[in-house]
Amino acid sequence: MNRPDLLVFNAKGIYCPIAQVYIDPWKPVNRAIITHGHSDHARFGHKHYLTHHSNIPIIRHRLGQINVEGVEWGEKFQINGVTFSLHPAGHILGSSQVRVEYNGEIWVFTGDYKTEPDGICTPYESVACHTLITECTFGIPAFKWKPQEKVFDEINLWWDKNKKDGKTSVLFAYTLGKAQRILKHVDSSIGPIYTHGAVENMTDVLRPQLALPSTTQITRETINKDLRGALVIAPPSAHGSPWMRKLVPYETGTCSGWMAFRGARARRATDRGFVLSDHCDWQGLLSSIRESGAERVICTHGYTDIFSRYLREIGYQASVENTQYAGEKEETETKESA
Amino acid sequence: MKDFANLIERLDTTTKTNQKVAALAEYFKEASEKDKLWTIAILSHRRPSRPVNTTLLREYAAELASIPLWLFEESYHIVGDLAESIALIVPNDQHDSKKELWEILEELIELKFKTEPEKKEYVQDRWMGLDYYSRFVFTKLITGGFRIGISQKLMTKALSQVSGIAEDELAYRLMGDWSPSSTSYEELLFGRNEQAYVSKPYPFYLAYALEDSLEQLGEVKDWSVEHKWDGIRGQVICRKGEVFIWTRGDELVTEKYPELATLKDFLPDGIVIDGELLAFTNGEIGLFSELQTRIGRKTLSKSILSKVPVIFKAYDLLEFQGKDYRKLPYLDRRKHLEKLIEETPHPALHISERFEFSSWDEVIAERELAREKRSEGLMLKRKASTYQVGRKKGDWWKWKIDPLTIDAVLTYAMRGHGRRTNLFTDYTFGLWQEKDNGSKELVTFAKAYSGLTDQEFAQVDAIIKQTTLERFGPVRSVEPTLVFELAFEGISYSSRHKSGIAVRFPRIVRWRKDKKIEDANTLEDLKALIPK
Repeated sequence: MNRPDLLVFNAKGIYCPIAQVYIDPWKPVNRAIITHGHSDHARFGHKHYLTHHSNIPIIRHRLGQINVEGVEWGEKFQINGVTFSLHPAGHILGSSQVRVEYNGEIWVFTGDYKTEPDGICTPYESVACHTLITECTFGIPAFKWKPQEKVFDEINLWWDKNKKDGKTSVLFAYTLGKAQRILKHVDSSIGPIYTHGAVENMTDVLRPQLALPSTTQITRETINKDLRGALVIAPPSAHGSPWMRKLVPYETGTCSGWMAFRGARARRATDRGFVLSDHCDWQGLLSSIRESGAERVICTHGYTDIFSRYLREIGYQASVENTQYAGEKEETETKESA
Repeated sequence: MKDFANLIERLDTTTKTNQKVAALAEYFKEASEKDKLWTIAILSHRRPSRPVNTTLLREYAAELASIPLWLFEESYHIVGDLAESIALIVPNDQHDSKKELWEILEELIELKFKTEPEKKEYVQDRWMGLDYYSRFVFTKLITGGFRIGISQKLMTKALSQVSGIAEDELAYRLMGDWSPSSTSYEELLFGRNEQAYVSKPYPFYLAYALEDSLEQLGEVKDWSVEHKWDGIRGQVICRKGEVFIWTRGDELVTEKYPELATLKDFLPDGIVIDGELLAFTNGEIGLFSELQTRIGRKTLSKSILSKVPVIFKAYDLLEFQGKDYRKLPYLDRRKHLEKLIEETPHPALHISERFEFSSWDEVIAERELAREKRSEGLMLKRKASTYQVGRKKGDWWKWKIDPLTIDAVLTYAMRGHGRRTNLFTDYTFGLWQEKDNGSKELVTFAKAYSGLTDQEFAQVDAIIKQTTLERFGPVRSVEPTLVFELAFEGISYSSRHKSGIAVRFPRIVRWRKDKKIEDANTLEDLKALIPK
């Protein structure tokens, strides 16, 4: 039996032809279901947005006064006879997978996701389906994340040592997601925490939903010597910018999955690399595909060719579709929200 | 082993040289003499020869990780470093190896002579027993090539802090023909083993590129000028009736240059000459690419020796009558050198001609002749300069000629490594060639992967993804739309290249957005650049 595809990939995004709804479209459309607030998934210009409640403050902050509707995890809603529901993806606060069901056929789009609970967002939940559309940003066996406690131990030790050396610790992390994850888990008894404006603004948006330690935004008035021994959280785009001058003397650290590679650290010219990602590692991808029970897997962004070839070898019907999602890369968000 | 791995990790996690030196000094303070000696050996490229080839290492790793070999290979291509790929991919949960660095190295020396199944068992066993970083370091000890930003200079500095021996003296002691099995830490640093000293070269004095204008060097009369020859920098040593030839890479290459072996019958004892090994074909200075045809060979056939004879072009005299001449002024050393070569003529020993000029304009004019004379440019040496240790500013400067450039079309692209792995950053370029029927086709002539900004790489990457024609693993052929200006240092005919031409050090100078692909150069234009 050849059933029609519930979701297709067209020039505007991932599209459900029966419901006439897009998921994370990259061109303006009438109706868009949004998985999460990162700028490659939540874009300007759609007439109507639908997303999880907790993501609304985020996309309002980024996209302004948009027409947006919120739903709960697992809450089923119908569009043209197609049943949709959102399920936690564990990527960042408010990030969802989208479940699509029609005539007993079930498709799931994971959006960006990770399997390890991060203490910030509702943990990832496996959703049974026939076809799974998955990202595979880190879809090669070279990626194997350590438990986050170990990474935060490393970060705390690094901060503490820099403090003893009379230096400022500057950590580069995405303003949305990674920055709050760091805030939540660093040992704030070591010293004060300062932020770049972009991080401070986004964190303010999320504070009503999260218990986070207090932070101080660095401004023109901030006194250099107050920063000695402090932790500063800044977007990657701040690295090497004149904004950094105020922080001298400092040590820099970058939190990203790419930091697993020595070469990536060297190219970023960062003193320390902490391997911390909001995406799945190799085993995370494989286990979530296995648990979903899907027979067919469509790989969107990341090492799609390699990952899908491997999936085919181990018995899945796997293919690749091109999207405009970026996975984990350096964002240049300073302009957007500074 | 753990301490050494920690050292490498510390060196690897900082970009600051003073922190690297501090980490090394701390390590040298704590480590056992045997480990110290091995550390010095490894950091000065004296690791034992490779006991297991890399093809086998890949197979062992894929097997241990229970993944197909192709998946390991793809991952390796993305990570970009074999030891790192293995350390990342191979599972490990034992962590019980308490071996010392020297023990592991002695095991690796033995391993070379073991059978293949024994090798596999040993290597897989070590991988499983070491934590991530130790495993990376262990594999690097097998494959070689630690790229951790530790120059010999930094290591010498740290060792000087710990041993109390002055850096220059230490640099000299660490040179030459020694290995951890032939000496001890004590003897290497403090002893005086006459036998080892017979072949020992001096640390090379290296120049920085000239940055400022010539006028800022002061009076032209204080400077001596010579050409910078394009070969292999080396030292010829004649001591106790023997000849030794060392390269700047601290490699003993005497056997590779039999035409210089007879120097021992010509030169008096106690002589060290600094100079350049050069190809010398048909009675004139050859290209580096010709010399290259000899470098890699294990055995030198008669035909290659007659096809590419080698000479030694002498720059400087470092030792005379067994006395260290390095503190003498350059001009005095040169006088002795010139007299020596004049009195003992040898067909393969040439002097590098020295010039004195009365104006900087004349220096500029001489540089213009570089390509014609087959040199890379000029060396400017202060007449009063001593022969120093390592790369130093002030008294010697190199002033190379501008590179050759050509406009070429991007034809293939390959994924980069590491964080650039999702970007196509390694490019292949073609030039136009007219076919017999009058139509034109692009012929591949060079690869280059540096010279663009991150922003430009991202733009080019986007165009590559949109104009892909075919995919071959990590490589894509693209519809030709982009023109780049490429620079390179040398050019010569080559039978190994499709275009029939080899260029040296090709790199991207700029993206010629102003040019259409029809405006790119032809293979004929490139050939016209080959020195006649």
